[in-house]
Formats: sequence, structure tokens, C-alpha cells
Amino acid sequence: MKLYCLSNDPNKPCHILTFNEITMMLDCGLSMQSVLNFLPLPFVATNRLLNLPTWMPNDVVDADLEGELKENCDRVFVDSPLEFCPPLDKLINFAQVDVILISNYLCMMALPFITEGTGFQGRVYATEPTLQIGRLLLEELVIYIEQCPKAGFATQWKNFVHKLPYPINEAFKPKSWKQIYNMANVNASLSRIQMVGYNEKIDVYGALQVVPASSGFCLGSSNWIITTDYEKIVYLSGSSTLTTHPRPMDHNSLKNADVLIMTDLTQTPISNPDSMLGVLCVVVGMTLRGGGNVLIPCYPTGVVYDLFECLSLKMADLGVANCPMFFVSPVADMSLAYSNILAEWLSSVKQNKVYIPDEPFPHGMLVKSNKLKHFKHIYSDGFSTDFQEPCVVFCGHPSLRFGDAVQFVEMWGNNPRNCIVFTEPDFDYIEALAPYQPLQMKVAHCAIDTSLNFTQANKLIKELKPTTLVVPECYTKPPAGAPNLTELVIDSTPERTVIPYKWGEVINLPLKRKQGKVYIENDVAKQVHPVEIKPGTFLSTITGNFNVKDNIYNVKELKPTSDIGPRNINYEWGSINLSELMAKLSKEGINDAKLDNTANGYVIHLQEKDALIHLDEKNTHVLCNSDENLRSRLRTILMQCLKKF
Amino acid sequence: MPDIKVTPLGAGQDVGRSCLLLTMGGKNIMLDCGMHMGYNDERRFPDFSYINPDGPITSYIDCVIISHFHLDHCGALPYMSEMVGYNGPIYMTHPTKAIAPILLEDMRKVSVERKGEQNFFTSQMIKDCMKKVIAVTLHQSVMVDNDLEIKAYYAGHVLGAGMFWVRVGNQSIVYTGDYNMTPDRHLGAAWIDKCRPDLLISESTYATTIRDSKRCRERDFLKKVHECVDRGGKVLIPVFALGRAQELCILLETYWERMNLKAPVYFALGLTDKANNYYKMFITWTNQKIRKTFVQRNMFDFKHIKPFDRQFIDNPGPMVVFATPGMLHAGLSLQIFKKWAPCENNMVIMPGFCVQGTVGNQILNGAKKIEFENRQIIEVKMSVEYMSFSAHADAKGIMQLIQYCEPTNVMLVHGEAEKMEFLKEKIKEEFNINCFNPANGETCVINTPVKIPLDVSLSLLKAEAKKFNMLPPNPERRRVLHGVLVMKDNTHCLMDVEDACKEVGINRHIIRFTSTVYLNDSGPPLSTAKKLHQLLEEKLSQWSVTISDVEVSVESVIVKVEGDENEQKSIFVSWTNQDEDLGSYILELLSSMAK
Repeated sequence: MKLYCLSNDPNKPCHILTFNEITMMLDCGLSMQSVLNFLPLPFVATNRLLNLPTWMPNDVVDADLEGELKENCDRVFVDSPLEFCPPLDKLINFAQVDVILISNYLCMMALPFITEGTGFQGRVYATEPTLQIGRLLLEELVIYIEQCPKAGFATQWKNFVHKLPYPINEAFKPKSWKQIYNMANVNASLSRIQMVGYNEKIDVYGALQVVPASSGFCLGSSNWIITTDYEKIVYLSGSSTLTTHPRPMDHNSLKNADVLIMTDLTQTPISNPDSMLGVLCVVVGMTLRGGGNVLIPCYPTGVVYDLFECLSLKMADLGVANCPMFFVSPVADMSLAYSNILAEWLSSVKQNKVYIPDEPFPHGMLVKSNKLKHFKHIYSDGFSTDFQEPCVVFCGHPSLRFGDAVQFVEMWGNNPRNCIVFTEPDFDYIEALAPYQPLQMKVAHCAIDTSLNFTQANKLIKELKPTTLVVPECYTKPPAGAPNLTELVIDSTPERTVIPYKWGEVINLPLKRKQGKVYIENDVAKQVHPVEIKPGTFLSTITGNFNVKDNIYNVKELKPTSDIGPRNINYEWGSINLSELMAKLSKEGINDAKLDNTANGYVIHLQEKDALIHLDEKNTHVLCNSDENLRSRLRTILMQCLKKF
Repeated sequence: MPDIKVTPLGAGQDVGRSCLLLTMGGKNIMLDCGMHMGYNDERRFPDFSYINPDGPITSYIDCVIISHFHLDHCGALPYMSEMVGYNGPIYMTHPTKAIAPILLEDMRKVSVERKGEQNFFTSQMIKDCMKKVIAVTLHQSVMVDNDLEIKAYYAGHVLGAGMFWVRVGNQSIVYTGDYNMTPDRHLGAAWIDKCRPDLLISESTYATTIRDSKRCRERDFLKKVHECVDRGGKVLIPVFALGRAQELCILLETYWERMNLKAPVYFALGLTDKANNYYKMFITWTNQKIRKTFVQRNMFDFKHIKPFDRQFIDNPGPMVVFATPGMLHAGLSLQIFKKWAPCENNMVIMPGFCVQGTVGNQILNGAKKIEFENRQIIEVKMSVEYMSFSAHADAKGIMQLIQYCEPTNVMLVHGEAEKMEFLKEKIKEEFNINCFNPANGETCVINTPVKIPLDVSLSLLKAEAKKFNMLPPNPERRRVLHGVLVMKDNTHCLMDVEDACKEVGINRHIIRFTSTVYLNDSGPPLSTAKKLHQLLEEKLSQWSVTISDVEVSVESVIVKVEGDENEQKSIFVSWTNQDEDLGSYILELLSSMAK
């Protein structure tokens, strides 16, 4: 069994697992850290961005590089259409991938890169919410980027990365970066997904069984249990033990795995999501009361549902209930509608509402009461008439490089009464804000990441008891920025092997298949005649017609054929008692047997017939010319002297 | 031989009161727990005393599965769990869990409060019963206990209807409940994979019907409604609150919109909004088209269909009213029927099946006078139309399902006896499989083949595969698995003989025989060996015969040629005792050549 690591970002994982002749991709996350190196894409060009000074490395004179890089507040940005870092395609040919398993909608953004134009012919499995909401995320991304086309594609800078200042000089593999896919690719790619339910047993070419189990992280998020009849591998991706809106995490089915692959732990290991939510409510309340606006850059799904619910209550408490919340995303309406029809994937509290019947989330009510207003874009019909300040705006993209958030930062950035609140953990907020500096608006960092932290992960591992644990290398060391925080690692204990992996590596996992399963039919079972070798230990030979179909092994009765064909046979064991043999020979009328010692046994010479029997502890060799009658008599005698099964 | 036992307590050669007892691998499962709409006495519920004459049945039943929310499939559930006594798990889909208690409560009210029936379950009992329900999602594998596994498939029919696959050990069955193999205006078609159950238990309501196209029936329906309304008549459509009602509402709504009709359309008050809300919430269970467009326009927000008020019954002028229940056996639909029946301008359209004993059944059979319990006699002058909109699979659909899941046996339930017989013959003929249709209380025993799972060492399998793959392809050649089964400490494993001996700590004793044959064949020994190789290959086509220098071998049999160019050749034939047949056969072959 081998594990290939194709993604550099443990929170946007992409692996290949090969086992039992099946090549399986585990998640296909798309790292978007690359976009932070680019200038933001506004729909309306702003003078500020247009007039940024061009930057050149000191000792370089290259006309082609001229204009590709711009400087703002001592930081250098690429002025070009955005590029993304897709999973590594050098280690494996995607055409060979049999199956892709997707854990949650945040881990599938690279799917079109994998399945389109690569010759991929396999199957893709994901839960219904993962498909439906993943579609929203993919569509939003494509719409955001396509609505701000940019001429002039910068390429030269990639040849001078080593001469560029921090942090762009540390950009990860910029030459492999690609522009985003188009909507046709998204649709083609998503049409390959087969929807599955939690605990649905999916047969993979008869060789493996895969089962998704609820991971508690977001709507439809799952961990995957990959089994044969004898081996169990668990792939644990974004998981949460906290109680929010999704179905709680299913621990039981993950227990006692031979191999546990664990990735996508929290990106904010030192902050607690609950207290962050508290801070956020306070910040929003204070800003609104001070007459300022709040911008919350976010994804169009996930924690925002909880934020709508929580903030609407808090705003009423704080007396700012009349300030509207705006949810701006090309998929806002779909996101709100879908979240309310996926009851079967929600926590039991939310699920029980459906039985009343009530909508599981209050945002339907909030929309009806005009507390929450949703628009596709800020230029959509009705937005400018409905828009009123102060207000709270939820919109994408959290990287602040594209989407309507770009416009809001430009619009509100120079007013210190306004506030931008970062809730999504995917991007460093200082990096995200860098191209907008200097800013007057307040900045609050309240990253809410409900996925497992190290304490929860270590506790979970102890409970799940895997034989081997496989984790990204970065989880085995304290964070690079805080080497003294030694508690922020996955514990290594003598009870299990911990195997670290990193980008571009192919790891051999210590799981050797030893057994398989065959099904024997009644007629074959009837022919089993167990022989007791020792007390409680039985042996029996089995021979049957072997049938292999869809990797299922069946053994049927071996029908005798006219000519010599295979049949059931028995084996002799133990050693021959010499005096017993001699006695039997003479009883059979063979009296001229002469016994001699040899180097490691005996030889019996039947003088008249000129036949020899060589004997030792484990072997008997009968040599006779072509006297079948004699041979067959000797055979009978020998068989009487041995035990068999 | 292991077997599967099925005893219908209801729905055996009958429609209504679906309730089957399934025994398989030591587990007892109750499939559906329905009531009969046609009876008001103890016959309305299945006879649970069959399970235990003395009371509670918890210890006899491992689980109860409810296929969908129609009362003929779940109506007896609170009676069974709270009055007879059952505390084990009850499984149903999420929409069924949401909707069933509402219909049960509705039915309870009609029976107790309007008909004054005694000894009926209470509202609290319905609530207590629902607490025992575990909701399942489609395709989720649910382990009821270590050996009993169930899985739901989409059945169409009504919102949340499921077909259930049940497995114990190597035995499995599929119970369809009611299903529909063609998508309609709001639901998709039933689907199942090739799960190859030992038994498929299928409903057979429309066993002998092959229905014309849905479109024709819809056009017919709309035409009749339109004509009646045009002549100023009133149209009564008795329906159940959820299911067909929504489909017909969508149909009328779009027609009214298109034709710009003004006659009012009403839906019996109370359940409407709630019912439609369920459809909105469980939109993932509807058909693809509704699912795709629900964000822009929810099909269950009706513009032309208004809630009905009892006072409207005597309103003059045309109108269309959907009223519950669907078989005209009680409630509002019956009340309206009594008022409207004597006027020939009016019309009643029965969109579904009506069980025996209901007013619906009587008028469909052409009754012109209906007598009620209180001696009241109603003359039926209104026109009576029957339009089969109930979403059951027809004969074609049933055959299609059999084809989908490839069962080894089929059992027909939930249908009329003589119709079943017809379909039964057809199934036997077309698929060459057994088909059963037990009557209520009759136990049907189905034998299933045994297949014993056995652990086998991978090296044995690999050695076999290697050997097989080395031979030139020959479709006639049989693959043979041979090994030694080691049984100790409650484990068993099939392995190679050497590994088996090592495993139990004994030494094999190998007996080898070597015989000599003398052959007159001039030429070098190599050419003799080649001739022998050719001969053996011819004679032993099933085996792999190899040659290396002057040695020819088959399995453990070695044939070795010795002797100088022009001399008589000594041919040694040697084999181990295990290849006695083969060895002695070759020896004999060579001996006869030597003579």
C-alpha cells in the first residue's frame, strides 16, 4: 500500500492511495494561497491600484518583466490574472485513478483540474450536500474570476522569484500554477460525481469497500472508511467534535483501523471558535452602534449560517436589530435555499424542526422579515435601493483578491468607524489586507475554525486506537512561527507507529495483505473431512472448481471428468516406524528385504525384485523397475505406516 | 438447507393492512404494520396474537420496518407498539417519520371523534410510538444488530417511500412496499441496484394492468374536469392528504393557469399548508425537475388552489374540491359526496385504488344507491370516474424491477389473488424463477443456497493466479483451488500444505515413486524427450506439461530420459504419492509404448 501526497496544504488535501490494485484519490483540494501574491481584481478599476509603482529587482534589466510587478507599502504584487496551485501532476497520471473520494465541499475545488482533459475515467463519490454546495463554491469562484477579465498575462516574474522580496520569493512552485477552469469544465466535472449517503457501503470493483461516515465539520462532510475483508484504513479529513449545525461526528466506525490517515486539522490552533464567535458579536455590535459598517469576507456557505443565526439574536440584544445584514454572492439564494432542504444531514436539533414542519435554519425567516437581504452582486437590481448604512455585509472572497469584497474594502477602507472582521481561517489576514494598505478601517481577526485542534486530535487518536498513524509532517513539529508551542503537535507514543509525509513524497505504508476470502458451496463443504492432528487442531484438504468474478472468489464442487483431471488429494505426515514397516513387509510375503543404514536414513533392498526403498525422517522414495504390481503393494504398506489428512 | 420464512398477517392475496413477518437467519422482522380501511372492527388491524397470543411481542421481533406513510402500511403501528406492546426499533425514512404521525392523528380523530370507536390508540400513544422510530436515509447501511443489516432504496410512490433490502448473514431479501417505476409530476421512479436478493417481495396492486401513457390519462382527467366545470357542475376528488393530491394539484394549477379558468379550486383545509410544507422541506425526495427549479419557483406554492371551508359545500356554481380521505370511507370527502351525489351535473373522480368495504369501492363497482350505517340511503346520480393515478408499478414495472435486482425468488403481496396468479405465471415463464403468493396467515418457506465464507491465505490465491495466468488462455480450462483448511482455536484458514504443516507444527512425509521403462528409440535423448513431451501434451490437455533439457514434467511427475544416441533409452518416471493417478497413468502410457 502506498500513499502519494499531491498537495502542499494539509487543509486543502489531495492524496493518492494505492491498495489491492486500486488507485484511489483522497480529496482534491485546491490551494489558493497563490492568489495572495497577486493584485486584487476589482470590477471597476480603481485609480489607486492602476497607479501603483512598477517594481523591478535591483540588478535586473529585462523588458519583458517590466510592468509585471507592482509595489504597495513595501510589498510586491503580480499584476496579472489570478493563478492557482493545482495538485501535483508529476507523480501520477490522473487517467489511472479509479476512484476519487471527496470528504467535504472545501476539499474539491481542484476537481475539474483532475477530471477534465486528463483522460480520467474513474468514479467520483461525494455526499449530496458536498455535491450541491461544492457546486455553489465552484460556480462562485468561476463567476467571480470571469467577471473581472484582465489583459496581459504575467509570466516572466516566475524566472526571477529568487530575486523578489519576501514573501513572494517563498511562493510555492509558481511555475506549476494555472489559471482557473471555466464553467463548462465545472459542469462536466461535477456530472461525474455519484452521490452517496452516510454509511452507504460502496463497492469498488469488488476489491475494496468504502463507506463515508459523518465528520461533523460541515453539511455533508465525511470521513472515509476503506476496507477489505481483513484490512481497515481510515481517512480522516475535516472533522469537528463541536456541536454546530451539521450531523455530529461518527466516531465508532473509525475505531481500530490498521492505518489512520489524518489531515485537515485546525488552522487556528490557539484560538477557540466559541470565544471567537463571542468577540465577533461584540465587535459587530460596537461598530454598528458607532455608526460604522461591518464587512465579513466569507465563503457563501458553512459558518455563515451560524453567523446569521447568532448575529441576528445578538444584534437584537444590543439594540441594533434595525441594521440589515446583506449576503452578497452569485450563489447566495441557492445557498440559503439548499441549506434548508438538507435536513437529513443536520444535527438532531435542527432535524427535529423539520418534523414540525419548520425550516431548520432561521435564515428563511430572517429573509422574510427583511433582516437578511441577499443579492447576487452589488450591481444586481435592487441592491442600491435596499442598501442602507450602517450594515453588516457578508461577501466573498475571503482572500480579498476577487469577488465583491474587493469593492467593499476599497469603499469602506478609509473610514476608521468601519470594521472588517476575518472569520474564515484559510488566509492570513495581514497578507489579505496587504495590497489595500494603508487602511483606516478597524481590523478584527476572529477566525472561526471548528475543525479538530491538536488536543482534540490527540484525544481522538487515543480513542480510535489505530495501529499506524499517518499525518502531514508539519503536524509532528510545533508551528514554524511558534517553535515553543510544543503542545501543538500530534503526540507520538510507543503504542503506534507515526508516519509523517510531505508534498511530493510517496510513502510505503506497513499494511501487507495476508488473507483473502473465498465462498465455498455446500457440496464442497460436505467433502471437508477434518482430521484431528492435535487436540483441538484439525486439518482437511479442500479442492474445488475456482470461480473468480468481480473479485469475488467462489469454490464449487469439482465434477469428475472422463480423463485424468484434478481431484481432491490427501497428504501423509509424521515418520515411518521401521520395525513396523519390516513386519508389514514380511506379512505381505516379502521376506528378502535387507535393511542398511545410509548417511541420513535407511535403505531397504528387496533383493529378488531388485527394488529399493530409501527412508528418512521426512521422505520415502520407492524405486522399482516397472513392476506396477509390486509398487502398488508397497504403496499400500507405506500408507498404512503413515498418518494422513 | 437454510431457509427464509414469510408469513403475511395482512396483504397476503389482499390489498390493505400490509404486514409481513419475515424470519431469516434466526432474526424476526416485521415488514410494515398497516390497517385495513374497509373494516371498522378488529379486522382493521393485523392479527398480532399470531406472534404472541399472550401479549407483548418485543421479545419476538428484532425490528419493524415501515415502507411509507400510507395508513395501509403504517396505520396499525401505534396499536402494535403501544397497545399490543413492542419496544424494539422501528425504521422508516425521514419524510415518513415526519408525515406518518400526522396522518395517524388525522385517522384517529376520524375514527374516535366522528365514528365514536372504542379501544383505539390515543394521541399520546402516537407520540410514544414515534419515539421508537429511527429515521434512515437512502442507501445508508443500518446495522440493527451485529448480524442484521437494512438499507433503503427510493421507491417513488409517495414522498419518502422506500424499498428495503434486509440481510442476515448471506441471506437477503428486498421488500418493495408500494413503488412506482415511472416518474410523475412530483416524484422520481423507483430505483434499485443489482443486489441479487434471495427473495423479492413485491406489491402487485396493478398485477394485470399495463397502463397507457401517463400523458393520456392526464389529458383525460383535465378534459373531464373542464367539461364538468363548464356545465356548472361540481367536481369532487377524494384524495389522501399527501401524495397523489400534490401531483393532481400541480396538474390542475398549471392547467388553470394556461386555460385562464376562473372556477375555484379548493383543497381540504388543515392539512394543505402543512402537507405542502413537507414537500418543500423534503424537496430532495422529489423528482429532478422540481429539485432543479425549487430555488426560483417552488412547485408547491399554489396560486389557484385555495383552502376549503365546510360552508362552501352548498355554494352555487362550479368548483373543484380535493378532499380527504381518498376512499370515501369517512371524513370530509364522504360528507361532500353525500351532498353532491344526487345531482347529475356533478362528478366524482376517484384517482386511486379503493379497498373493499369502502364507499369508493361500491361506487366504482357501479352502485347507484349507497346505504349508510344510520339507514340513510343516498342515490348516486353524479357521474363517477375512475382515473388510476395512484402510483403503483404496473405489470411492466414489476417485471422491470425483477430485472433490475435479479432475485432468485419472487413473492407477490398487496394485490388481488386472481390477478396475482396471472402475474405469477408470467414471472415464472419469463425469468425461470420461483414465485409465491401466500395468503394471510400462511407461511411460505423459501430455501436458499449455502455459501460458506472461508479465510484463505493470500499466497495460496496468488500462487493459483500465477499458475493460471502462465498457461495459454483456454476458456475450457477449469481453475482449481486446492489447499488445506487449518482449524484451531476457533479460527480457520485455507492455506498451502507446507504452510499448514508449519502452522500446526508437523512434518509432512513425502512418498516418491520412481519406475523405469526401457524404450527403443534411436537418436539423442533430447529428441526422445521432445517426443515424449509432445505425446504428454496431447494426452493431458488439461495440464501444463513442461520440458527442460531431457526432463519432462507435469505437476510433481518427472519423466527423465537417459541413454546414449543409439542405445535403448532408460526412462525414469518419478512422482509423489499425491500425483499417484497422474504418475501411474503416465507410467502405463510409456510402458505400453515400450511393448
